[in-house]
Amino acid sequence: MLQCEGLTQTYVSGGRRLTVLNNITFALERGGFLAIVGPSGSGKTTLLGLLAGLDRPSAGRVVLDGADLGAMTEDQRAELRAAKVGFVFQSFHLIPTLTARENVQVPLELRGEAAEERAQDLLTRVGLGDRSHHYPTQLSGGEQQRVALARAFVSRPQLLFADEPTGNLDARTGSGIVELMIGLNRDFGTTLVMVTHDRDLAARARRMLRLADGQVVEDVTHP
Amino acid sequence: MNASFVAKLAWRESRAARRRLLMLVMSVAAGVAALVAINGFTENLRTSVGAQAKALLGADLSIGGRKPFPERIERLVDTLIASDSAGGRGQAARVTSFAGMAYVPRTEGVRLVQVKAVEAGYPFYGTILTEPAGRWATLASGGKAVVDPTLLTALNARVGDTLSLGEGRFVIDATVSNIPGDVGVASSFGPRVFIAAADLPATKLLQFGSRVEYDLFVKLPDPSQAQTIAESRRLSLREDRFRIRTVEDDREDLADALTRLGNYLGLVALVALLLGGLGVASATHLFIRRKLDTIAVLRCLGATARQVFLAYLVQALAMGTLGSLVGAALGLGIQRLLPLLFVDLLPVDVEIAVAPKALLIGIGLGLWVTAVFALLPLLGVRRVSPLATLRRASEPAPGRSDPLTWAAFGLLVISIVGLSVVQVQDLRDGAIFAGGVGVVVLVLWLASLGLIGGLRRWFPSRLPYLWRQGLANLYRPANQTGTVVLALGFGAFLLATLFLVQHNLLREFRIGGSGGGRPNLMFFDIQRDQSAGVMAMLAEAGLQADAPVPIVPMRIASVKGQEVRPPATAADSAEMEGPPDGEENREGTEENQEAGNQPRRPGGWAVRREYRSTYRDSLTDSEKLVEGTWWTGPRGDGPARISLDQEVALELGVGIGDDIVWDVQGVRVPSRVTSIRQIDWGRFQTNFFVVFESGVLDQAPQMLVTLTRADSAAVRGQIQRRIAERYPNVSAIDLSQIQQAIESVLDKATLAVRFLALFSLAAGTIVLIGAVTTARLQRLREGVLLKTLGATRRQVLRILVAEYAALGILAALVAIVLSAGAGWALAKWVFEARYDLPIGALTGLTALLVALTLLVGLWSSAEVLKRPPLEILRTDT
Repeated sequence: MLQCEGLTQTYVSGGRRLTVLNNITFALERGGFLAIVGPSGSGKTTLLGLLAGLDRPSAGRVVLDGADLGAMTEDQRAELRAAKVGFVFQSFHLIPTLTARENVQVPLELRGEAAEERAQDLLTRVGLGDRSHHYPTQLSGGEQQRVALARAFVSRPQLLFADEPTGNLDARTGSGIVELMIGLNRDFGTTLVMVTHDRDLAARARRMLRLADGQVVEDVTHP
Repeated sequence: MNASFVAKLAWRESRAARRRLLMLVMSVAAGVAALVAINGFTENLRTSVGAQAKALLGADLSIGGRKPFPERIERLVDTLIASDSAGGRGQAARVTSFAGMAYVPRTEGVRLVQVKAVEAGYPFYGTILTEPAGRWATLASGGKAVVDPTLLTALNARVGDTLSLGEGRFVIDATVSNIPGDVGVASSFGPRVFIAAADLPATKLLQFGSRVEYDLFVKLPDPSQAQTIAESRRLSLREDRFRIRTVEDDREDLADALTRLGNYLGLVALVALLLGGLGVASATHLFIRRKLDTIAVLRCLGATARQVFLAYLVQALAMGTLGSLVGAALGLGIQRLLPLLFVDLLPVDVEIAVAPKALLIGIGLGLWVTAVFALLPLLGVRRVSPLATLRRASEPAPGRSDPLTWAAFGLLVISIVGLSVVQVQDLRDGAIFAGGVGVVVLVLWLASLGLIGGLRRWFPSRLPYLWRQGLANLYRPANQTGTVVLALGFGAFLLATLFLVQHNLLREFRIGGSGGGRPNLMFFDIQRDQSAGVMAMLAEAGLQADAPVPIVPMRIASVKGQEVRPPATAADSAEMEGPPDGEENREGTEENQEAGNQPRRPGGWAVRREYRSTYRDSLTDSEKLVEGTWWTGPRGDGPARISLDQEVALELGVGIGDDIVWDVQGVRVPSRVTSIRQIDWGRFQTNFFVVFESGVLDQAPQMLVTLTRADSAAVRGQIQRRIAERYPNVSAIDLSQIQQAIESVLDKATLAVRFLALFSLAAGTIVLIGAVTTARLQRLREGVLLKTLGATRRQVLRILVAEYAALGILAALVAIVLSAGAGWALAKWVFEARYDLPIGALTGLTALLVALTLLVGLWSSAEVLKRPPLEILRTDT
């Protein structure tokens, strides 16, 4: 489903060359659940961005469901994301000017598909069926993240990227979100890639990559 | 590409932002309002001129000149009005006009007036309205005068008073309330007195050969023949020094003049529209800045750059449409006000009507300007990286290598040039205007770069912390230096330039006021044998007067040996023809154009005009010798030595040593140019294009003029009255009256200009608010953080003051220096006025602009001071 080979990212900052990711190679099968962990600055988020095609690597390549991201233009990558990829962010990133349901509709509408009913279904599924006309500011953090989950799954993505999905939530709300996400992951057969600091959460993933200084220092597959 | 997604997103996205997009709406509205109001008004004006053209002339055609009509012309008129085949009959009426002194014995008021002796029937078209009504028709019954209302005021007289003109006595029967084609303010220079033609001889004013204008107004049996007749007779009439005019001629001249007025006003509208465009750009920029997170999320979710770009473009255009419509409505309202501003300055009564063309053009240009100015900031949307969802990015990367950005930039430049050219209706002037705009923007941009670089390199690290903090904000990442300097600077530049032009144009008129012991009373048309008498009367009244200056009317017979016209006949040369009228002037230009690239020929007007020259052996204090030497010693046997005004010399194409032969009342007088003078025409003084050495013209027919000064209005009135009684042909001009008349015209013109400047001011303020608001979020965050770290409100305030004061000072200074240059260029090349820099006023303007920046800056940051830190941190997502 997702492969990367020799993935390297370097930045020039203040005249110095900074290697953020160094020669990362791994593959993830369809329906897999990968947790990327590591201390701050270890390159987790950079790796996630590269895997999702949000940025171009300095070297190496990413193949997403058979498509080589390096060979695509930015807009082609966007279309690929619209078709196959979902996102959940640490700070939710709901669009503040859209209602909960409209936020959930966006991915479907981008593809030109009928959206209202499915969006409503998903909102009901995450327990917010009666809040669909509320704006993000009228929702709590946990609720916002649930809307974000509904948005991530509404287009039945084959691949879901989550960046510290519980990072802004308290432990109880966070674990609720995790349950929900894992359940949806199972129901939709989605491949899940998640960056997290949360040991408990990482422990629930089938596979865990630990990064340090831009390199994989541990690659564990749970039975 | 998914159009419905774009539309839906645009609609939903704008819901919460509509209030913020209000600034865009207002910017567009200000520009469109100016455009619709001014273009609509100009169109109304043009329509009104077309509709009222016939009444302007009052006849189908008119023949005029400075001498009584010879037999030939009388016969011609007889044939013109003779019955045509259809049996219709034309009519003719004569109007004789000249300047004279009017005197009301009851109030002892005396005033130089324009006497117009009219024959019954005039005007054939249009109506002259009187107060009391209907008195025009009875004017012909004799012994009556109908006068301009300003005369009654000047003479402190009323209807029913007796008015003397020369030796004639008239009863003031009515005042004129409306004459077709009348420019309201004209009458304050020389109030008109209408009398019946039959009463003219009784005044005995014409016997002295003063400057008289004879006009014949003809109503044709078939008015459609007017133009044909005029064209076929024009040349032969011109040889006789008569001009013929038709309704069509008048209409064309007026249309030309009004087009120029329209173009000038159009520039004002264009300035407002461009400022509005700047407002659009800054509003869009601000809007996009606030949307960066949303855009990144959308990109992350798979929206293409194109979809996002289109969604925001649709929003901008929708707001642009709204702004255009609001502006159009506003413009229609203002269009109704404009005629009130121009009421006394225009020759026609402007009928207000909705001008569909102006309306459509206004709305169309509003939309276009929105699109073009919004494009650059909107294109930045395409460069927002989806990565920003994972890491906060401050700003889309600059699109220096983005071909679309360059294309948008090109489109912007082309649009500005195009708009200027269309609005000015002249390729060169439009391009110059647009180029000027470009230079100003470039200099402002460089100045802001200079400030940023300069601060970075030579940071005043000894300043107190708060000032340092404020100044450092000017070069920190995501600073607002460029935007504010550009927006504020451009607005300030336009305002200051408008102010400077106005100042210099008006100063030109106001110069030479009556202060400083300068003469303020002039007596002219003094006959040679009256000179001693007049001087004696002045002396008797205790007034000091300069020795009377002789004036000798003459024409040019040849320049540098080249005859410029057939030798005039004795009969012709006995007459005088005044300054050029429009027709002759136009003719002159055509001749010049025909000459093409050949060496410059003497200009038609300068060659053909009548010169009123003098003779003396010294320079006056209003003259400066710029070439050659002034004559000394006794006159030799050669040609008379003369000195020319430098403009006339240039126009005639002559220099030192060149010969000119003059036709002085039929006598050929050869002369040689020995010097060229620069003359300060702004002084109330007798100045002459041509000065002869004495001993040549002493015996030529001449009249004298003398100047004196009397501080008290009573004394001025008394001496004018006495001289008018004894020498009715001698006219007097009271400078203070002229001054008043000029002031009243200027006040009206100033009011109109100021009103138009308001458009620019309104648009400029919106732009400034927009520019300052751009950085507001950043300031909020910083301010709140500082407060959290323990800064007091006063400290935060001081940081803001330091930043906005620095911005305001830089922008205002650069703008004022630029406008000083632009004002100078405009004064030199466009208005040909002398240039004066009102330092005090400009300093005041600078202070005002800095204050405005501070006000807007602090106002937009007021939230920082008001809100508790926590609240903002919480909403800061």
